Amino acid sequence: MLLARSHSLARSLHRARERTIECFLLLAALSSVGITGGIVGILFYESLPFFRHVSLVAFFTDPLWTPLFADPHFGILPLVVGTSMITAIALLVALPVGTITAIYLSEYAPHRLREAVKPVLELLSAVPTVVYGYFALLFVTPLLQQVLPGLPGFNMLSAGLVVGVMIIPYVSSLSEDAMRAVPMQIREGSYAVGATRLQTALRVVAPAALSGIASAYVLGFSRAIGETMVVAIAAGMQPNLTWNPMEPAATITAFIVQVSLGDLPHGSVGYQSIFAAGLTLLLMTLVFNITGHLLRKRFREVY
Amino acid sequence: MVAIIGTMPSAEPQTVKSEVKDLNFYYGSYHALKHITLLVAEKQVTAVIGPSGCGKSTLLRCFNRMHDLYPGNRYGGEIILYPDRIDILGSQVDPIEIRMRVGMVFQKPNPFPKSVYENVAYGLRVRGLSRRSELGDKVEQALHGAALWDEVKDRLQDQAYTLSGGQQQRLCIARALATDPEILLFDEPTSALDPIATARIEELIAELKERVTIIIVTHNMQQAARVSDFTAFMYLGGLVEFDKTNQIFKAPSNKLTEEYITGRFG
Amino acid sequence: MAELKAIIARRKGLDAVFTIIGLLCMLVGLITLLALIVDLALDGAPRLSWQFLTSYPSRFAVRAGILSAWVGTTLVMLVTAATALPLGVGAGIYLEEYAPKNWLTELIEINIANLAGVPSIVYGLMALGLFVYQLHLGQSILTAGLTLALLILPIVIIATREAIRAIPGSIREAAYALGATKWQMVRDHVLPYATGGILTGVIIALSRAIGETAPLITIGALTFIAFLPPPPLQPEFPFVSFQWLMSPFTVLPIQMFNWISRPQAEFHLNAAAAGLVLIGMTLAMNALAIYVRYRFRKRIQW
Repeated sequence: MLLARSHSLARSLHRARERTIECFLLLAALSSVGITGGIVGILFYESLPFFRHVSLVAFFTDPLWTPLFADPHFGILPLVVGTSMITAIALLVALPVGTITAIYLSEYAPHRLREAVKPVLELLSAVPTVVYGYFALLFVTPLLQQVLPGLPGFNMLSAGLVVGVMIIPYVSSLSEDAMRAVPMQIREGSYAVGATRLQTALRVVAPAALSGIASAYVLGFSRAIGETMVVAIAAGMQPNLTWNPMEPAATITAFIVQVSLGDLPHGSVGYQSIFAAGLTLLLMTLVFNITGHLLRKRFREVY
Repeated sequence: MVAIIGTMPSAEPQTVKSEVKDLNFYYGSYHALKHITLLVAEKQVTAVIGPSGCGKSTLLRCFNRMHDLYPGNRYGGEIILYPDRIDILGSQVDPIEIRMRVGMVFQKPNPFPKSVYENVAYGLRVRGLSRRSELGDKVEQALHGAALWDEVKDRLQDQAYTLSGGQQQRLCIARALATDPEILLFDEPTSALDPIATARIEELIAELKERVTIIIVTHNMQQAARVSDFTAFMYLGGLVEFDKTNQIFKAPSNKLTEEYITGRFG
Repeated sequence: MAELKAIIARRKGLDAVFTIIGLLCMLVGLITLLALIVDLALDGAPRLSWQFLTSYPSRFAVRAGILSAWVGTTLVMLVTAATALPLGVGAGIYLEEYAPKNWLTELIEINIANLAGVPSIVYGLMALGLFVYQLHLGQSILTAGLTLALLILPIVIIATREAIRAIPGSIREAAYALGATKWQMVRDHVLPYATGGILTGVIIALSRAIGETAPLITIGALTFIAFLPPPPLQPEFPFVSFQWLMSPFTVLPIQMFNWISRPQAEFHLNAAAAGLVLIGMTLAMNALAIYVRYRFRKRIQW
């Protein structure tokens, strides 16, 4: 079937069509770059006026964050400490429990148990965070109040614990995948010298899967630091500079929610302050993501 | 070890369908095909044999520009297609046009996860044919040509994966035939099949050569001896000897060829 | 020899202890999930009724309902799906089939990986500055849908890429060998075979979007809405209206948040009921995703 000259016209039309389609697809892919640009751009743009009349020194050292009061203070410390406390409590729960669960599921659990448990754990991460907030406020706090009398209705402990349980599946699922990907030969080498299952798991498999486990930890951290609703509901929304988990406090995210619930005329102090807070949050997340990425590169295992 | 045969090795006149002129091929910086020159006779079966890694599949895939799909590959030399004397490897030549004239059957049967009918019809659809009546006729013709019609005529809407391995490969042949190619490339078409299916495909190839020029790569020497009219023996990326099949297997001129044929290596 | 036996016995003991610890850790998550659902059900199930599903919020807890909330959720999800699907699938196809290995492609991939770790409230902030004010789209369903679409975009892209990667290279080669152009190959083979995986990923992404609260509060979703957006289908010409896109709105998780923020216990019961509806919707979507994956896996066999 030789192609006549009319076909070459059809061919050029086809080629033009191919190129147009490729263009559209490229634009779709570039949208991700656009989103990042949008986020960074808007956050900087809207918080610039804030930083024009709040000095960076005051921003980082003032122990009070009360931008909407008659005597406003703009120290981000209370929010940063609140965020860090709750993240720390959450990770204290999620990292050990998640890792041990992962080791158990990957190295110990019989196949049927693993297949049954995995989807249920996934369900844990599918529950909307408002529902977790409800649970923290109306179930966990009263429960804790039995053990710790004097615990206020809003406190960082309940919120931190619930966030921790909420991110267990992120940590355990990724870690488990990483450990299962370690080839059987490596395990066999360990068993062959007489190691027990625990020794193999801790000394051979986990180190081999370190890069994946590190990814899981980074993911858990990102989720914890960005969590909003659980802390807004259960830890209260009043900024409070304290290292005591049994007190109420606000995270950066809870503060943004609190202000957004009210009126936010464009350009007002409240409006600018949430962008400044958001920018701080983004930078914290970014620094951690980059550190995590560098750590993972160092630990990348090649079998 | 690199021998260049520039003339048609036969007494009877043959028409040349394609001429390979000083073909070189590079995977990145690796020189995979070295100065290959041979002639492909029209409506005859040309076999390419040689030990693993000698470059036979690489050579075959030059004929339909398959290497273009992967980055880092480079062609040198020419492959001329007759009668209009187009250089298949020319940078101005559209590989899609070439693939419409040169079809390919792969080593492992790879039917699309579609119905039998749709598999055969795909090549036609790509050329803009969509009328049911036209398609139906051509699909039936192609299935006849692949000796598969009787087995699937009542199962045209069944999924291709419900066919046996041998049937799937014949389906792939039908798929390639549907578009009336001038050259049909077979890349070790029976290595994944059982002996009976293999025999059927070899019969088919013998029939098909009446309509279409065939180049077949095979690691099975006996198959080459049974099925082909001309044979090219390759070694380490170069063409060692090219001659009528009878000649190669009865009285090869090159010592290396003789050693391969008699099983001393490879 | 006795020493060795003692060492082995001790190590095996540790092994047994770890088995118990591992089981317990696994149970932490499971038990919490159970407690959560039971707690929600005990408080909320009695409140679930037709009246609850069809009433507007009200100052009186007993009369309040989630009508405006679930309608708002549905409409916002429509916009989210309509935006995220073409963008996400398009980006996934480009990255798997077209993208050359150069700095631009790396930049895109780094971005996607980064975006997956950005807190959801930051998306809300961006949407507030960009969509609500710069682009004047207002605090509307359109803004909400766009915000959530951008939020779930990385999930859709990753799901698309995995679905495409599952297609064997030999199928692609067969299509090209028949003279197909790249787009023909993508349209006739890649898209149909990857649809199952893509749909599954999109449905799961949407099930996450349904529960998103923080970004929507930030862009100004209202918490007390006693009306419904104008319907998309009108009885008069031109029969289809897009006014609902610009309408103020609320969504189910925000309604739940509003009720739980109130001190009165009766509103907490409403919150529990709303939570049950939310979980029900999420579970239904996950089940749908599993069903879709199963159906497509049966049809496509290599």
